[in-house]
Amino acid sequence: MPDIPEQTGYLKRKFYPRTWITIGIALVVLHILPWVVPNILHIMIMIFLYTIMGEGWNVLGGYAGQFSFGHSVFFGIGAYVSTLLFIHFGLSPWFGIFVSCAAGIIFGLFFGFLSFRYHLKGPFFALIMLAFAEIFHMIAMAWSAVGGASGLLIPLRGSCPSLMQFISKTPFYFISLWLMLGSLFLVWWIEGTRMGLYFLATREEHDAAEALGVNTFKTQMVAMAISAGMTAIGGTIYAQYILYIGPDSTFGVANSVEIMLPPIIGGPGTVLGPLLGSALLTPLSEVTRLAFQSYSGVHLMIYGVVLVIVIMFLPNGILGFARKALSGFGFRGKLST
Amino acid sequence: MTYSFVLQSLLNGLLIGGVYSLMAIGLTLVFGVMKVVNFAHGSLIMLGMYTSYWSVMMFHLNPYASILISFVVLFIIGVAFQKFLINPILDAPEHNQLLLTLGVSLFLENLAVFLWSPDYRVMQTPYSEINFYIGDISISLVKLLAFGVAILLAAIIYLILTRTDLGKAIRAASEEPRGSLLMGINIQRIYIITFGIGAACAGVSGAAITPFIPVYPYAGWLFVITAFVVVVLGGMGNVPGAFVGGLIIGIADSVGAIFLPGGMKSIISFIIFILILLFKPTGLFGRKDA
Repeated sequence: MPDIPEQTGYLKRKFYPRTWITIGIALVVLHILPWVVPNILHIMIMIFLYTIMGEGWNVLGGYAGQFSFGHSVFFGIGAYVSTLLFIHFGLSPWFGIFVSCAAGIIFGLFFGFLSFRYHLKGPFFALIMLAFAEIFHMIAMAWSAVGGASGLLIPLRGSCPSLMQFISKTPFYFISLWLMLGSLFLVWWIEGTRMGLYFLATREEHDAAEALGVNTFKTQMVAMAISAGMTAIGGTIYAQYILYIGPDSTFGVANSVEIMLPPIIGGPGTVLGPLLGSALLTPLSEVTRLAFQSYSGVHLMIYGVVLVIVIMFLPNGILGFARKALSGFGFRGKLST
Repeated sequence: MTYSFVLQSLLNGLLIGGVYSLMAIGLTLVFGVMKVVNFAHGSLIMLGMYTSYWSVMMFHLNPYASILISFVVLFIIGVAFQKFLINPILDAPEHNQLLLTLGVSLFLENLAVFLWSPDYRVMQTPYSEINFYIGDISISLVKLLAFGVAILLAAIIYLILTRTDLGKAIRAASEEPRGSLLMGINIQRIYIITFGIGAACAGVSGAAITPFIPVYPYAGWLFVITAFVVVVLGGMGNVPGAFVGGLIIGIADSVGAIFLPGGMKSIISFIIFILILLFKPTGLFGRKDA
């Protein structure tokens, strides 16, 4: 098998010295931030968590081109599996996170097997994922063994690092930061692999990719597994951080929207898109949540407006637009995403 | 479980099924003509409910006269929606249209939360107390009227589609957009009218159920997913299919309610949805080439 040439047109992944310097400065800033401005830790943690899950959605939606409207199902599976294991068996979430991730992948493969076998795509795939998430939502609401409509409170055992419980927010900041950096690296790495190119081929021309020998079913299954696993990890950390999970806040439609909007608005199919989208939307939602406490959904009204504006004027997201605009001015390839 | 209890469920299912049919006809018409999956359909249903509710509460209209107001208001909203938001991005990939309607629905629902608070509002009408009895079976007047209104509008739309020039133009635009453009049909205008009719269906079905279903900003979610199930069951874009599908899902839902605990009753229609999407995405009555 011949190797893919390193410098193909789309994947100009050369790192200039200034890219390394930028990354280095960003890492240093992010690591000293908790001591410089401690009161924004909550917002930063939420940005990181929704970036992790946005990257998960991005692998399937942005790279492999299958838009899911029900990613909250993986978030919920991640949150419920680790929480139930902790409550009933005392299993530390540090191990629970692996079980959650595995459970997310298993369900992802199951949903993927059902949908991709019949070449469901576009709105049909979006809707079937929504239906799966709604079924889980209904089960979580009706089944009292998993808390029913009132949800589950995770018992707080004080500061107990071995159970992923901390009094201060700083450890969660670093957990979510490193997981986010890991997710960025993972997606960046996938983008450069043969499988990453299969994702793009399947997204752009499903039938042509098939004709050229790409196993599109397998490609979509791999994308689904990675996507589901990453989203489930985000769900576990969220549950440990908030210490409460309920059917609406996990499996709800609004949560699917909050997972998918950062990559769509930041730029689907780009490594940094979900981070950019999350960095823009999460503070917006936290601020409006504080400003309109009695109206819990008002931040979604703003999300709706942002989504409509982005779809109408920047259909490839902010980064997609930036890349196009810059390449028009002769910056082709210099903007490494 | 007695014989009359089952019959009662079947009847209630059939009556609400008529309303599901009307909701689904609006959705399937928009899909059939524009190939746009309108995620905001539920929000339009919700707006229809609020329009009817406020006309009754503020202007003391008869709830059944308020249906006309809902029709007009939602038709206008639908026209504006298509003209300013969907027409400009008709050439974009289909998931972009889906996301656009999702954005509009997020906006409308949470605007309703903002304007009218998330509280449940119940419309008080003298009609909701009236029931007829046939043997052991009771028929609620408001449900019967909702069914009647839905069937009437569905029939009118069917006649418009099959018997008028406008209907012919809509069907032509749905089958062959380019060809009908060449024949001098103003496609953009047809799209605007079609979306207006689709939104008006949502508005009327919302208004028709307001006398017996509480109004709240997320009420649309209850119905939009059901409407999608019906549309997929009947075949995307198939108007008579949506009508029959609505009755089937209405009955399946209320039969499910006999066996399943309260919160789980819609699971039956979800399972039907998944099975249909997986095994026959063209719907029960779909054409092979669709």
